Amino acid sequence: MATTDTDEPTRRDFLYVATGAFAAIGVAGITWPLIDQMNPDASALALASIEVDISNVEVGQSITVKWRGKPVFIRHRTAKEIGEAEEVNVLDLRDPQSDQQRVIKPEWLVMVGICTHLGCVPKGQQVSDEKGDYDGWFCPCHGSHYDTSGRVRKGPAPLNLEVPEYTFVTDDKIKIG
Amino acid sequence: MTINMNETEARPCIFTRACRVVPLIGALAIALLGASFLSTSQAKASEGTPLKHLNWGFEAPFGTFDRSALRRGYKVYSEVCAACHSMDLLRFRNLSQDGGPEFTEEEVEIIAVEHTIEDGPDEYGDMYDRPRVAADAFPAPFANTNAARASNGGSLPPDLSIIAKARGGAENYLYSLLTGYEEAPEGVEVPRGMNYNAYFPGHMIAMAPPLVEEIVDYEDGTPMTVDQYSKDVVTFLTWASEPTREARHRLGFQVIIFLLVFAGLMYFTMRKVWADQH
Amino acid sequence: MSGESNYQPSNGFTRWLDVRLPIMRLGYDSFVDFPTPRNLNYWWTFGAILSFCLIIQIVTGVVLAMHYTPHATMAFTSVEHIMRDVNYGWLIRYVHANGASMFFLACYIHMFRGLYYGSYKAPREVLWILGVILYILMMAAGFLGYVLPWGQMSFWAATVITNLFGAIPLIGDALREFLWGGFSVDNPTLNRFFSLHYLVPFLILGVVMLHIWALHVTGQNNPDGIEVKDEQDTVKFTPHATIKDIFGLSIFLLLFAYFVFFNPNALGHADNYIPANPLQTPPHIVPEWYLLPFYAILRAITFDIGPISSKLGGIIAMGAAMAVLFVLPWLDTSKVRSARFRPLYRQFFWIFVACCMGLGYLGGQPAEGAYVTAAQILTAYYFLHFLVILPVLGLVEKTKPLPESIAQAVLGGSGGSADATASPEKRG
Repeated sequence: MATTDTDEPTRRDFLYVATGAFAAIGVAGITWPLIDQMNPDASALALASIEVDISNVEVGQSITVKWRGKPVFIRHRTAKEIGEAEEVNVLDLRDPQSDQQRVIKPEWLVMVGICTHLGCVPKGQQVSDEKGDYDGWFCPCHGSHYDTSGRVRKGPAPLNLEVPEYTFVTDDKIKIG
Repeated sequence: MTINMNETEARPCIFTRACRVVPLIGALAIALLGASFLSTSQAKASEGTPLKHLNWGFEAPFGTFDRSALRRGYKVYSEVCAACHSMDLLRFRNLSQDGGPEFTEEEVEIIAVEHTIEDGPDEYGDMYDRPRVAADAFPAPFANTNAARASNGGSLPPDLSIIAKARGGAENYLYSLLTGYEEAPEGVEVPRGMNYNAYFPGHMIAMAPPLVEEIVDYEDGTPMTVDQYSKDVVTFLTWASEPTREARHRLGFQVIIFLLVFAGLMYFTMRKVWADQH
Repeated sequence: MSGESNYQPSNGFTRWLDVRLPIMRLGYDSFVDFPTPRNLNYWWTFGAILSFCLIIQIVTGVVLAMHYTPHATMAFTSVEHIMRDVNYGWLIRYVHANGASMFFLACYIHMFRGLYYGSYKAPREVLWILGVILYILMMAAGFLGYVLPWGQMSFWAATVITNLFGAIPLIGDALREFLWGGFSVDNPTLNRFFSLHYLVPFLILGVVMLHIWALHVTGQNNPDGIEVKDEQDTVKFTPHATIKDIFGLSIFLLLFAYFVFFNPNALGHADNYIPANPLQTPPHIVPEWYLLPFYAILRAITFDIGPISSKLGGIIAMGAAMAVLFVLPWLDTSKVRSARFRPLYRQFFWIFVACCMGLGYLGGQPAEGAYVTAAQILTAYYFLHFLVILPVLGLVEKTKPLPESIAQAVLGGSGGSADATASPEKRG
């Protein structure tokens, strides 16, 4: 016994560590599929992009389309609205962004219609809607005001309305996502 | 423990100790055999004539699908089978996913737009047709099962989405069926609208022989025979029944290797822990 | 549970917790310090394997319920959605479906181990009865779960099993409609089966806790079937028993993985990949393999017995085949537990195992001709084993002498006795 005592602890320890490490890998391997199953599945990912025909949207009109279960505001802006959006001093803004950073073509504003405060849908799409103090959108839940570029100007919202990834497939058609 | 003075003599050798696991492994092996027996006997119960067995590349534990066979098989399905059989569970995007025919996404878009799908309602409340996209399902040949029966003399062409898993004998059954049309034996009368097939349960099948030579154009020089068409389309249908099959085999291999190493480590750990007890 | 506790709280927090909620003490006493007979063989690892199976079934089941839709028109496609679209959905569903079979395989080995070594005898009668309750709950869970994919086998299994209740005199028809929530198996049936399938595993979990509690009151039986006398007879549960359990589990998992990854549909039936069709019954309907012996007994009663119709008779026979397990501790009159020391019982045990396997085989065959006769003979033997052989055997059998103690049996001092104790295990 005495002779084996000297070298056995290290061999034993190595074995225990190796076995323990393998067990840990096994548990992690079992856990991962159980977590990953909650991520968006293949059918949800396949619908991740949509194409929208905007040829019927007149100047001064807005449409709302559903993308990934969320409303996307597409507004054909008037020259007045573009002017208002461009002359704002960016440095005065809570979330400084120039209008050029938020559009591809100035007459088309595309953004996710979800208030950055707590996720309500702001008003301003309908002609009859209250558009807030800055002639853009107004969130009735907690009173955030957005301007004609969708930037937050007043109220609790911390950020401007999000601009999704989109491209003009043709002049009349955009692809969101 | 102090009682164990002469433990070296008393302790059986490693071989004897390893043998104690033998009944456990034996019982599990018997269970394994029993299960395979059950599954094969079930497969046998569902047919009369013994099936033709081919050496399918995808059957082996590490087997994969032949991509070009899958693509040809899709061509056969879409040009022949799809006239009567739906594949409701398949999406065009499946054609480009890993482990399948692996068309490129652009190719899939081109395939998908050939078919339209009813969508809507639009802003006026009307339904309209639009081209299909990768996320859309394969088109069905009939609006509903009644329409399908009406067009097929009262018989319903089954959906082919999981046909390989839904038939005992799986790919071998499908291949045997497709190549199993023959003259009815003497004395057997084939009713009108029926065909004689050696492998179909009851031998009377409503489906007329679907494949004839050169019915589908192969551009890659593969022989355009009934046998080759059958192999290709069965490969495609087997993949479609379980598009994740290759991933399953791959992960299974890794898991088995892991478990073998882990069981080995556990065995020696156990021996160390028990070393002072016998 | 094993007398006084040896738990020593190691730090301030555990000391604080121990006087308020001695949960660490409970865990230490039950799963670390718990004295385990030193002679347990690998058949005793199936308790831990079963616990693992239960956890796997609950975890994968909760996950599947996140993606499954319990509606007659959507259930089938939602299962295929899991197989095709959900990340690792195919893996989780195959583990759950094959897990049920593995659960039953482990359960049957566990039960036959109990039969071989007399684990049901005093003072472990309640432990055994709780086990039988678990077994019946498992069958309920297995059946309910088999209905959920709403394939042809699901639908017709639900139809056949619920129709069994129609055989009960007077209330049969009303009971059947009550179970269906309609006039046939339909959407309301599927919906309630889903709810109950989610409930039963938690009932199982509760009874498992009672089962383990009862085990810890009486202590484990062992291959020699003699009581633990002193500390020399035992080892600590952790690490000795736990490490052995995990090793046994890893071997078991190899079989599990073989089915999940390389033969996932071998234990199921191809017809269940055909959507349910209330207008057409598949040519052969068979239950899952683990219910086949009882299915054979059900179909063996093809004759009327006085006022009892063959239909009701079959159901009574099937119920009795399960009920007889509850009274087993009082049917076996032998005072010796382990078959190691009961040469005659050992032979009858293996005949009984063969009888059960034979019933299982016959349950999967068509109910016609010689199959029915064979099933009738084996059904008669099944009851004969419990009701005649076991009571009589205890009175007439000459048993071998028992060892003084477990320590003597294991350590013995000579190689000869160690071989002798090992040999019955090899018979498996």
